[in-house]
Amino acid sequence: MIPDDLRYTKEHEWVRIDGDQATIGITEFAQDELGDVVFVELPPAGSRIDANAVFGTVESVKAVSDLFMPLTGEVLEVNTALVDAPERVNEDPYGDAWMIRIRIGDVSELDALLSSEDYGRFIAAGGSES
Amino acid sequence: MTRRDRVARHASLNERLVFEKGSPGRRGSDLSAADFPRRELSELIDDELVRDSIDGMPSLAESEVVRHFTRLSDWNYHVDLGLYPLGSCTMKYNPKVNEKIARMDGFADLHPYLPESLVQGALEVQKRLEECLAEITGMDRVTLQPAAGAHGELTGLMMVRAYHESRGRGRRSILVPDSAHGTNPASARIAGYEAVHVPSNAKGTLDLDALDRLTNPDVAGIMVTNPNTLGIFEGEIARIAERMHAIGALVYMDGANMNAMMGVARPGDFGVDVLHLNLHKTFSTPHGGGGPGAGPVAVKDALAPFLPAPLIERDGDGRCRLDDERPESIGRVKAFHGQFGMHSRALAYILACGPNGLREASETAVLNAAYVRSKLEGAYHLAYGAPTLHEVVFSDRFQAAHGVHVMDIAKRLIDYGFHPPTIAFPLVVRGAIMIEPTETESREELDAFIDAMLKIARECETDPDRVRSAPHTTRVGRVDEAEAARKPVLRWRPPAGPAAN
Ligand SMILES: Cc1ncc(COP(=O)(O)O)c(C=O)c1O
Repeated sequence: MIPDDLRYTKEHEWVRIDGDQATIGITEFAQDELGDVVFVELPPAGSRIDANAVFGTVESVKAVSDLFMPLTGEVLEVNTALVDAPERVNEDPYGDAWMIRIRIGDVSELDALLSSEDYGRFIAAGGSES
Repeated sequence: MTRRDRVARHASLNERLVFEKGSPGRRGSDLSAADFPRRELSELIDDELVRDSIDGMPSLAESEVVRHFTRLSDWNYHVDLGLYPLGSCTMKYNPKVNEKIARMDGFADLHPYLPESLVQGALEVQKRLEECLAEITGMDRVTLQPAAGAHGELTGLMMVRAYHESRGRGRRSILVPDSAHGTNPASARIAGYEAVHVPSNAKGTLDLDALDRLTNPDVAGIMVTNPNTLGIFEGEIARIAERMHAIGALVYMDGANMNAMMGVARPGDFGVDVLHLNLHKTFSTPHGGGGPGAGPVAVKDALAPFLPAPLIERDGDGRCRLDDERPESIGRVKAFHGQFGMHSRALAYILACGPNGLREASETAVLNAAYVRSKLEGAYHLAYGAPTLHEVVFSDRFQAAHGVHVMDIAKRLIDYGFHPPTIAFPLVVRGAIMIEPTETESREELDAFIDAMLKIARECETDPDRVRSAPHTTRVGRVDEAEAARKPVLRWRPPAGPAAN
């Protein structure tokens, strides 16, 4: 399941672009790989985070994984509901379980994001770079 | 070949908490009349400090108490019961003579505030252990203070930081390969560094090109596990060290896998500046619940000024002295002198084995792992083909084709009477099954384990449901790990309703 109105990263984040803002979460593939998510840690609103820097972590019964910032930006809003209900990441990764909303800092970075077709091919090939 | 039957059934007696058992008035003691004058409690202790009853204090007969704890002990799986093939954990047998030595009066009854003159024996044990560990690793000095491997990592990285700061610049990051144990990046973070991931290459070892791309003057050092967590020796380690040293950075080695190379290779000879050892892995002291751990840290002379104080020094007359005058020390990392009971056990092990014995232990550990690898290869997918040392990492790829995953295989192994191997680690292998038999397993025990693994591989094809629903022989089956992590119940509460009596 790869919605075609979103953009993606090789770290399995999705990005919904809306004017100068973007909403970010993790993909269906990512939640399936992680297994039952038990803990989500997100940055405070107001933080400025560079593209590719870690903006949080998700912990599942199997592993702890970093969340990587797809774009440079300022965090406007954080989905704090995930702290008490981490299972939403498994249930509705593209909807209820959005993670942060940011103001995009550098529009030129948008070019580096994957289209849904490219991301689909990437996970069909295993979903990792090594 | 004879194969002994494995247990087919685990302890099945359910047992309630001790607070839920017994009956008021029941007791396990019968005190005879005192032969000294009786005095009222109120004469001895202020009334306000005395209470009449303790809510919920269990009242049980002796037989109930004995059965309670015996039943609980029966739920345990331990290295005295059978093979415990946890990769990376080196669950080797803990010789009983170690226990005897640690319990000798002069060791067991020591008090840490005794003056140096009265604890020369204990200091000698620690000094000898330091000297042995330095010789085994090819390093110069050792602190015995850290209480675990992860604690040793933090101690080592704090020294790395102190070293760079003493040269004027703390630097920012530590390189950590993607196959590293999770404690490595965590220790780097806690020591105030950014942990930068170094990808492994297709052979499962550190990639020199990737390393070159990540090398810059902000790098304080690299943390390498050698042999790495795939059981593969990092053959480029000397070149990696050269590159680090060329930019003034240091090499930290996670020595958790030292059991693969005692008496064969010395980290101090291939460029390592600082490393930790896990006495509870390589040097046969108990793990976790069996006793506290110990994670000594060994350094080259350049880092020695920063070692935690005090260090033990030998004076001209051979007496040992605690040296606190270490102005550049990072300070104490543990109360008193670390887990002394582990030091006496580890020294006993080292001296009993001697240099040739330690080498033989490592060679046998590697041989046993190679035996398991050769017998299971084909039935299980070998994640990396490179030669492996003390452990081997398979994946569940073949079984996943039948809808059976590593967790199911691990659970099914319990039905065959074995503790499962490490699974889902290292993270570079999807569905990892990481097996480390250690040198202390007999051929018969290894064969029984191999037999069970092969049977499970067949079951995955013929009866995958049986594997997916395992374990079938235990007191409890699968627990809801996700719910337990999301909503942990950390405290027992008495059942609601009328008090049980
Ligand atoms: C490779 C490696 N490094 C570090 C550690 C941490 O050691 P400890 O558990 O004693 O803190 C472990 C332990 O599991 C390990 O396997």
